[in-house]
Amino acid sequence: MSTEFAVLADGMSKRYGQTRALDGLSLAVPAGMVYGLLGPNGAGKTTAVRALATLLRFDRGRATVAGFDVVRQPDAVRARISLTGQYAAVDEILSGRQNLILFGRLHHLPPRAARRRADELLAQFGLVAAADRAAKQYSGGMRRRLDLAVSLIRTPEVLFLDEPTTGLDPRSRNQVWDAVRTLVAGGTTVLLTTQYLEEADQLAGRIAVIDTGRVVAEGTPDQLKSTLGGDRIEVVVHDPAQLGAAAEVVARVCGTPPRRDPDTRRVSAPARDRMAALREVVRGLEAAGVAAEDIGVRRPTLDEAFLHLTGRSAKAAGAAAKPEEVAMA
Amino acid sequence: MTTMAGPAVRARWAVTDAVTMTRRYLAHVVRAPEEIVLYFSLPVMFVLVFGYVFGSGMQVPDGGSYREFLLPGVFAMTMLYGLGATATAVAVDVGRGVVDRFRSMSVARSALLVGRGGADLIRALLELATVVVCGLLVGWRWRWRNSLTDAALAVGLLLLLRLALTWIGIYLGLLVPNPDTVSVIVFPLAFPLTAVSNIFVAPELMPGWLGTVAEWNPLSATVAASRELFGNPGLGGGSWVAEHPLLMAVLWPVLLIAVFGVLAVRRYQRLSR
Repeated sequence: MSTEFAVLADGMSKRYGQTRALDGLSLAVPAGMVYGLLGPNGAGKTTAVRALATLLRFDRGRATVAGFDVVRQPDAVRARISLTGQYAAVDEILSGRQNLILFGRLHHLPPRAARRRADELLAQFGLVAAADRAAKQYSGGMRRRLDLAVSLIRTPEVLFLDEPTTGLDPRSRNQVWDAVRTLVAGGTTVLLTTQYLEEADQLAGRIAVIDTGRVVAEGTPDQLKSTLGGDRIEVVVHDPAQLGAAAEVVARVCGTPPRRDPDTRRVSAPARDRMAALREVVRGLEAAGVAAEDIGVRRPTLDEAFLHLTGRSAKAAGAAAKPEEVAMA
Repeated sequence: MTTMAGPAVRARWAVTDAVTMTRRYLAHVVRAPEEIVLYFSLPVMFVLVFGYVFGSGMQVPDGGSYREFLLPGVFAMTMLYGLGATATAVAVDVGRGVVDRFRSMSVARSALLVGRGGADLIRALLELATVVVCGLLVGWRWRWRNSLTDAALAVGLLLLLRLALTWIGIYLGLLVPNPDTVSVIVFPLAFPLTAVSNIFVAPELMPGWLGTVAEWNPLSATVAASRELFGNPGLGGGSWVAEHPLLMAVLWPVLLIAVFGVLAVRRYQRLSR
């Protein structure tokens, strides 16, 4: 069955004692795309995913997944979703192949079809060589791939991916991303939770930023980035006395008075066209005779995004934000 | 593609899912046999230590051989220690999110619990067979004057006890979803339960109140019934419980299954809170 929205949530709330894990969360996830739920640890991402995947009862609000009511038609929902949680939920004693056959049988595939599907997925996820080793002996990346393969035994209408790349090395992370893109090309809707702005940016067609159980911002990655203030150009001067001169150059290029930080000898301002701004600032500093120690364009970090959207730091909310720098020495 | 499963299909799935889950747990025995060896090596050790080291100083009330007295107790003890494996396996599944995955699929809700129960009974038969062979090697016999039916009945009662203990294990695993904590809880709990029972020492040789506790111990009921059915020595005591071992060996496990079965199912449902 086809619906315009793969996931619709309206005012979902869930309390644990005094804590509001979900506080009126509303979402509209269009079918056939990757939708990112972005937020720090403890923002309510996992609670939202567990509630939508029928694992957790919520107190108020309603939600439909693939057109079916999560509370009243949980079996119809379960028949159409897959869930890959934060920890690779596979049987560690069994081999990769046995895991795939086990979950294939639990999807009610006949034995021969379950074996055939296991072989296909082992090949697709590059696990053929390790197929008969115990999952316990797999590396973190292999385990995560096996976990994802298990989720794809039967192509789901909606796939919930809860922080699928946390703790993975870049190569394994790219493999997971590729698998997600392939899946979406085949028509599946993916609801992805992540703490990383970059991941949401790479994969998601739309993003909802979550804080304290609520959506605080929603839109395409480009829309969000402009809300968040976009890229910033940053100059670190060698001589603190030249801070003023550097600020003048940056102000002229960016068209706004920059933020000055004498302690770190740093001047920074928002930049619309990152590369053009970088070129002009380099030229301007040279012309003004300012010796720069470092010039760079920084994307806003999740931390800054949070500060901007919620008025409090994401670190305070428990997130590990990682700055990304395009630096020129 | 909207195919809703009718009740007949659901009933079939409940059976096939439980069988799949049973086979999963049995595959664990094949792939990691060291675990099952751990769980029956303890009873085997007790056969050797009590049968030979302490056994010479032990008294059997009606004057029979101590090792013949001991073995039915060790059978029950083997059933008891299996509880640790059950609790650990369930704790691993809950803690690792495997149960969440099952619950997000159209898997029969009963499959995990029924499957674990089924696998446990098969494991119990394997463990029991091993300990029986050890027993025969150290001189345990079941009396031929007792029929094969009686021996089969004894095995049945031991398996019934195991089923009850399986439910306690499932409940513990759901209660404490951390395998390390589970083993810390299970062994200190299991040892006193075997000590204050009729497994090693006849209750009438214990101080009065302790003997009463030992007689009412659910393990003692199964042990006493097995002694009677296997025709082994050590049937003594004049109390009501000691006089009705067969009845108690059925009542106790049924009661435990009723209590812990309900507790486990409720705990399982509470995972969605």
